[in-house]
Amino acid sequence: MRDVAVVSFAQTHHAREVSDINEVEMLMPLMGEALAGSGIPKDRIDFVCSASSDYLAGQPFSFVMSLDAFGPWPPISESHVDMDGAWALYEAWVKMQMGKTDVALIYAYGKSSPGDIRRVLSRQMDPYTVGPLWLDPVSMAALQARVGLEAGTFTVEQMAEVVARNRRAGATNPYAQLGGEVDPAALLAEPEFVAPLRKHDCPPITDGAAVVVIAAGDAARELSDRPAWIRGIDHRIEAHALGLRDLTRSVSTEQAAARAGVADGPVDLAELHAPFSHQELIIGDALGLADGVDVNPSGGPLCANPIMTAGLIRIGEAATRISRGGGDRAVAHATSGPCLQQNLVCVLEGE
Amino acid sequence: MGKERVAIVGIGQTKHQSTNDGSIAGVVRTAARRALGDAGMTWSDIDAVVIGKAPDFFEGVMMPELYLADALGAVGKPMFRVHTAGSVGGSTAIVASDLIASGIHERVLTVAFEKQSESEAMWALSVSMPFQPPMHAGAGGYFAPHIRSYMARSGAPDHIGILVALKDRLNALKNPYAHLHEEGITFDSVKDSMMLWDPIRYSETCPSSDGACAMVLTNEAGGDAAAAAGRAPAWVKGTALRSEPTMFAGRDQVNPQGGQDCAADVFAQAGITDPLREIDVVEMYVPFSWFEPMWLENLGFAPIGEGWRYVEDGVTQMTGELPVNCSGGVLSSNPIGASGMLRFAEAAMQVRGQAGEHQIDGARTALGHAYGGGSQFFAMWVVGADKP
Amino acid sequence: MSDVTLPASLQGVEPVKSIRTPARLDYVYTAGRASSRFLHNVANKRLVGQRCPVCHKVYVPPRGSCPTDGVPTEEDVELAHTGTVTSFCVVNVAFMGTLMEIPYVGALILLDGSDIPIMHLIQEVPYDQVHSGMRVEAVWVPDDEIGPTLESIRHFRPNGEPDASFESYKDNA
Repeated sequence: MRDVAVVSFAQTHHAREVSDINEVEMLMPLMGEALAGSGIPKDRIDFVCSASSDYLAGQPFSFVMSLDAFGPWPPISESHVDMDGAWALYEAWVKMQMGKTDVALIYAYGKSSPGDIRRVLSRQMDPYTVGPLWLDPVSMAALQARVGLEAGTFTVEQMAEVVARNRRAGATNPYAQLGGEVDPAALLAEPEFVAPLRKHDCPPITDGAAVVVIAAGDAARELSDRPAWIRGIDHRIEAHALGLRDLTRSVSTEQAAARAGVADGPVDLAELHAPFSHQELIIGDALGLADGVDVNPSGGPLCANPIMTAGLIRIGEAATRISRGGGDRAVAHATSGPCLQQNLVCVLEGE
Repeated sequence: MGKERVAIVGIGQTKHQSTNDGSIAGVVRTAARRALGDAGMTWSDIDAVVIGKAPDFFEGVMMPELYLADALGAVGKPMFRVHTAGSVGGSTAIVASDLIASGIHERVLTVAFEKQSESEAMWALSVSMPFQPPMHAGAGGYFAPHIRSYMARSGAPDHIGILVALKDRLNALKNPYAHLHEEGITFDSVKDSMMLWDPIRYSETCPSSDGACAMVLTNEAGGDAAAAAGRAPAWVKGTALRSEPTMFAGRDQVNPQGGQDCAADVFAQAGITDPLREIDVVEMYVPFSWFEPMWLENLGFAPIGEGWRYVEDGVTQMTGELPVNCSGGVLSSNPIGASGMLRFAEAAMQVRGQAGEHQIDGARTALGHAYGGGSQFFAMWVVGADKP
Repeated sequence: MSDVTLPASLQGVEPVKSIRTPARLDYVYTAGRASSRFLHNVANKRLVGQRCPVCHKVYVPPRGSCPTDGVPTEEDVELAHTGTVTSFCVVNVAFMGTLMEIPYVGALILLDGSDIPIMHLIQEVPYDQVHSGMRVEAVWVPDDEIGPTLESIRHFRPNGEPDASFESYKDNA
């Protein structure tokens, strides 16, 4: 495979509601930060790929106008996915493997505040059998947590530990929405929200956006002092119906991890797109992460979860830590769909 | 192109119709099974699935790839969802092609679909944004002024649009999968159809269709194997995407730069210097009849201002020098999300010699063209009977 | 679909051909800073565009950025309530929510002082007399009905000036 690296990353200061600016106004400063801020001329970009959801925006073809934030003139080679931005990055990485694209910009955005996110996400389910029930993602995650707890895969204490660790990390991340010192025992004293989940086991509702620039070979070395090289990237999907899956495992993460070569070397840090606390435990197991791996040093999606964007942020966060010398080998993970239906795994290394 | 040559070895589509009684999964699966059957493959032969459609509101399902993973045999495989505008079917095929060309996968199934009957398409497109200028007129109202500008610039007479509509609807009679089969259509019946958005008549607009299209793409070894088995593949000779802003000062919406650049790119990749002579047949995205002469110029087949003369002279008829939309095109079938992929697939069918009654004898090189939005998203590929 | 063979127990059973799932989702949209400012001005019967600092083109309605340069637009430009029809279409179909009497004319109107046309209605003239180059002026709704929406302009009508030269709007034709 051709060597491709993350060379720049920018994200918003994530918030519960960004009501004074629209998507273009949210993205434009990030583009500037990711390009000019990193000394990357706009005309070096050969491909742009973006990610967003019409259902979040409440408007068909909502992505069309957001491209204005880049200023696509003269006309550019460009594409859009209705998946998390991590998959937009995958599409750009594939383009680069063909040899003619050297620098690509990926952006993703998600404002959950315009609608009722639990109702909106319920529209992802099989429209004939599950959709009419309006089953929402928190309820489905609770169902998954129940299965795991009863199977003894994890405990509520472990879930609380996950929350406390992420919140502690979130306090050190200026872009995170939540963060702070919390006592796991105190968390367990809080009432259940959608049993067995407590509010803190669930991700915050977030408005946010992110931009990542990737570059191949010499272009990456030129644009970054220490590029974060993508050594492996793969994604897999599982059956949609929850009843067809073992919800205590993430088989598709295991498959993607094997192909991305997670086990080929020691992992220093991992950024996991596990929106619910118990899902971090499931994903950690699926990736085979050893004790001592620094998991979600950014605070992860439990501290900021812009839909369609949080997976791309994991790649950006992991890459930034590599580039700043905070580790030599990292795993970034992204998920999509109910109860971790679809997963992407990316291995990043410094040189 | 990339490291690997790309071959199209299987093509399938549904009968396009206003209401397909199958489920969403049933419709995409029917097209996929036909493509697999055409390729002599089964689900387990496929490494990855790439699916495209736009927008989600049309079926009322958010990110339908999640629900369709089971029906498309994608469990345990990569499933990728593309979502560009009207060009989505083309963009989707290009992602599938890239996955082969890059050497990442050997056999990729790509599918695009739309079930407009599942929801109200006009409703889905008319979510009114309180602070945006009122549109007053729908899609036809958006494009009609640009068509009028084209007529003013080129001096094209009024009947050109009628000729295109008549040609495509007559071609559709030769395509069993086409939605509209208007036996007895005549120049006068098109001319006398209701003027909707002057200068666009009812019979010069596309229908709303349910339908799906699927293709199986392989690497060079797969293409050689198909050829050896007597199922000639189509070879991908070039792919290109271009986008430009929807609205900007001085934007030429009659002859958009993005379309010109996209065509120049894809022709250069395919080694084509004289498209009119070297391309044997074109499947062009023409949702309103007047876009045929406009795109003939935009793509470089006709000099600026002359596209309409090609139409008038019969150049784009099946008997002409550059047959356009032998399948009947978007004017005869418009499952929006699939319409772009149908253009790409029909181009491949022509060079494989599998287009049946609407086959152009001896077609060796074909262009598939898709566009979307306010004429600002473009996707194209050139396919050939000969290995590049 | 027809290529599925049903088990014996299901043969002869009336198939379910469709189900109906009413779905209602409510959204609160964000206009954004630039649109918000523009609409506040409209509510005060003013049309204020913005100029791009790079290409100097004046955008109306402003979206806060220049779509070709990808930079913020901040300089306000007060625009006239008159303009030139650059192209148009005659609408003969009744659209949902439209109370217009058909046929009516939707036109691209280049406001004087701006560089991009807006779409609006042309009234107070027979539809078959509308033409490109025609000079028009905004007709506002009564003052007590004016609000932060472009529908505060009821329509445009000919203002009696001689046609603009093609040269004056050729970049937008």
